[in-house]
Amino acid sequence: MNLIECRDLTLGYDDGIVAEHIDFTVEKGDYLCIVGENGAGKSTLMKTMLSLIKPAGGELKFSDELKRNEVGYLPQQTIVQRDFPANVREIVMSGNLSRMGFKPFYGKKEKKRADEAMEKLDITGLAKKSYRNLSGGQQQRVLLARAFCAADKLLILDEPVSGLDPKAAKEFYESVRKLHDEGVTIIMVSHDMHAALSDSDHILQIGGHKQLYFGKTEDYVKSKAYYKLGLNSHPRDSRKHYMAEYHKAEN
Amino acid sequence: MDGNIIQQFLFYLSFPFVWFALIVVALISLCAALLGVTLVLKRYSFIGDGLSHVAFGALAVATALGVTQNTLVVLPVTVLVAMLLIGMGRNARIKGDAAIAMLSTGALAMGYLIMNVFSVSSNVSGDVCTTLFGSTSILTLKPADVFICLGFSVVVILVFIFFYNRIFAVTFDENFSEATGMKTFFYRGLLAVLTAVVIVLGMKLVGSLLISALVVFPALSAMRLFKSFKSVVLFSAVMAVICAVSGIAISVVCSFPPGATIVMMDIILYIVCELAGRLVKR
Ligand SMILES: Nc1ncnc2c1ncn2[C@@H]1O[C@H](COP(=O)(O)OP(=O)(O)O)[C@@H](O)[C@H]1O
Ligand SMILES: [Mg+2]
Repeated sequence: MNLIECRDLTLGYDDGIVAEHIDFTVEKGDYLCIVGENGAGKSTLMKTMLSLIKPAGGELKFSDELKRNEVGYLPQQTIVQRDFPANVREIVMSGNLSRMGFKPFYGKKEKKRADEAMEKLDITGLAKKSYRNLSGGQQQRVLLARAFCAADKLLILDEPVSGLDPKAAKEFYESVRKLHDEGVTIIMVSHDMHAALSDSDHILQIGGHKQLYFGKTEDYVKSKAYYKLGLNSHPRDSRKHYMAEYHKAEN
Repeated sequence: MDGNIIQQFLFYLSFPFVWFALIVVALISLCAALLGVTLVLKRYSFIGDGLSHVAFGALAVATALGVTQNTLVVLPVTVLVAMLLIGMGRNARIKGDAAIAMLSTGALAMGYLIMNVFSVSSNVSGDVCTTLFGSTSILTLKPADVFICLGFSVVVILVFIFFYNRIFAVTFDENFSEATGMKTFFYRGLLAVLTAVVIVLGMKLVGSLLISALVVFPALSAMRLFKSFKSVVLFSAVMAVICAVSGIAISVVCSFPPGATIVMMDIILYIVCELAGRLVKR
């Protein structure tokens, strides 16, 4: 079942086009990783999917099953000021708001949901802690719990591990995998090719103002786009090897 | 001497009018403190300052036009400017702080000019001083002012409580709120309107130069000591009321100007919280 269907989408802002001819579908239960260089338009695609900005062209269809308030989002770098007073529970609870309509206060249902989200991400012990005193990894986990509290069908994560140390990143990926195993659909922008290849089942690569690849992860490692990427990101001496592999892939 | 001050204050309390003044000042300080937490955290506190100068300009115009209920002119003008300033939010073309500096100094200059040129009063500098620094005596408040203040501040408090959770969410992370379908535009507008209302009301009491102190100090004091949003909001509300009431008490008894006295109390509160915060950290 298609949750999201994207046909010949053009991404852009008022002052210009970022990428064109984006074509992909996301099915229920998928784990899609979006890769590409800095400035390729990954965040722009995320924002378009969240209807924060309008598509400059093409079409982006959401299944009827997926209402807008059923999408959870982890923005790229939520820069919270150093002195923002908020504890973990307050932040996770605020994920509930999108589903509350005009109800002004949290009820039993919302509290239970927040508790479950915190439980799932192993941050129950941090509930009363101040957000600003947490480590980077813990902070991202709190924001993931908030996103999960907001929506348990689809989570959109934009470079969630940038700035985390390898261990924290690994733990974060584990949490995401756990949510995915429970049936949550995941769309994640990632810089970390290794994690993208090992965890995701689909890859979308954007670059040079267009889509370079969309398909199954297992096919991606055999694709032209993947070898081109290797060529760019590997040191000079291994170029030859990648060139050879690339030509093999082309034929 | 100490016992004397309290006795004297108790004597003043036998006048219902002093009670009225106390209630109004407490309510307005409370409103300012509630909004203050969000305004400070959203880096909007300078907007409060700018708005108070705009309100001063509008008040001068209203006075020159001979409008008796000048709040009815000042309030809509200030609300409108607030909407423009906060409403344009992140998409602003002109840098926010520069725009506000232009606006506030412009309004201040225009207001002073108008008061000088068109004033029928014999004591222009006294009038100017009153609008900038508040009435010299709390007893000069007119009954109509008291009731307007009372009504509006109750509305501000109720609206704040009703939207408390959403205001927290938008203050903490506007991107997330918007992405999950909240109308962040509405909340920015709401914040603008409430801020404008509080500033116009507070201007009568502490004057337009001092009103942002009521917005900023309680929030900053609370943030030195508390870690959760809720405790910061509650503490700054309680402290704002305590500062307001003690400030009025001192000003009535010693015949100090009430606005400046309340602000002095707020400053003392801030210093105490700052020191306590450092001690706690050790
Ligand atoms: N708000 C904006 N307005 C105009 N252009 C923008 C805006 N945000 C990003 N861009 C531009 O869009 C392009 C893609 O940015 P982005 O989607 O953030 O890239 P990525 O997330 O892949 O690193 C960049 O060239 C950037 O300069
Ligand atoms: Mg990005």
